[in-house]
Amino acid sequence: MSNAIHLHYEVSGEDFTRAGEASGLVKKTLKKLGYNSDAIRRVAIAMYEAEINMVIHAEGGYCDVDIYPDRVEILLADKGPGIPDVEKAMQEGYSTAPDNVRTLGFGAGMGLPNIKKYTDDMRIETTLGVGTNVYLTVIVNS
Amino acid sequence: MVVRDILEILEGEIICEGDLDQEIKTACGSDMMSDVLAFVKDQSVLLTGLVNPQVVRTAEMMDMACIVFVRGKVPDDSIIRLAESRDITLMKTRYRMFTACGLLYSNGLSGGTKV
Repeated sequence: MSNAIHLHYEVSGEDFTRAGEASGLVKKTLKKLGYNSDAIRRVAIAMYEAEINMVIHAEGGYCDVDIYPDRVEILLADKGPGIPDVEKAMQEGYSTAPDNVRTLGFGAGMGLPNIKKYTDDMRIETTLGVGTNVYLTVIVNS
Repeated sequence: MVVRDILEILEGEIICEGDLDQEIKTACGSDMMSDVLAFVKDQSVLLTGLVNPQVVRTAEMMDMACIVFVRGKVPDDSIIRLAESRDITLMKTRYRMFTACGLLYSNGLSGGTKV
């Protein structure tokens, strides 16, 4: 669609401290565009969790964000190991994150459930050994 | 309650000063950032014993105006710079998590949810 604003971010898998930078920039952009704060927060939290996942599990990847007047669509793509059991991964508390991630405040098995909670649509395409694409949509009510 | 009141109740020390007159309606105490992200509360303060940049990023995503580091923990410069650029107040308190949360609760701040 021609009236979308398109943003692209590379997510480094090497630096955990920078995870969340892309989400912060998207948040800032949406604020500038005047979207309502509830929608902005939902986009920011969902994208942030997905970004963290990419760093923890997949050594980074990229995000494509399309901002429409009525919705925000986000693709997070990585070339990580893939998710063996998506249904299990969606359960609260289920985590395959290494222990050192827990000392950083993540890896509680809340990432995907949180993403689902804050988005209006969530779709996961994953192939073992190839990578994962996570498609998110947040509907924006003015 | 405003950020300045939290500073007083917890006998805290400012590490990075944002808006001290910002109103705070709820509080959340956790070292697990995903648990913090699971419950959106409006105008909340985060109490944590975790010291890394993701604490500031979590607060940023949640529109939190203030982070309290318990047990006197001090964040490094990169964390302070991140908070400065986001206009988030950082403070430390010598109280432990349980006591710090209890002090704020008994002064009228709630968790924002019934359970």
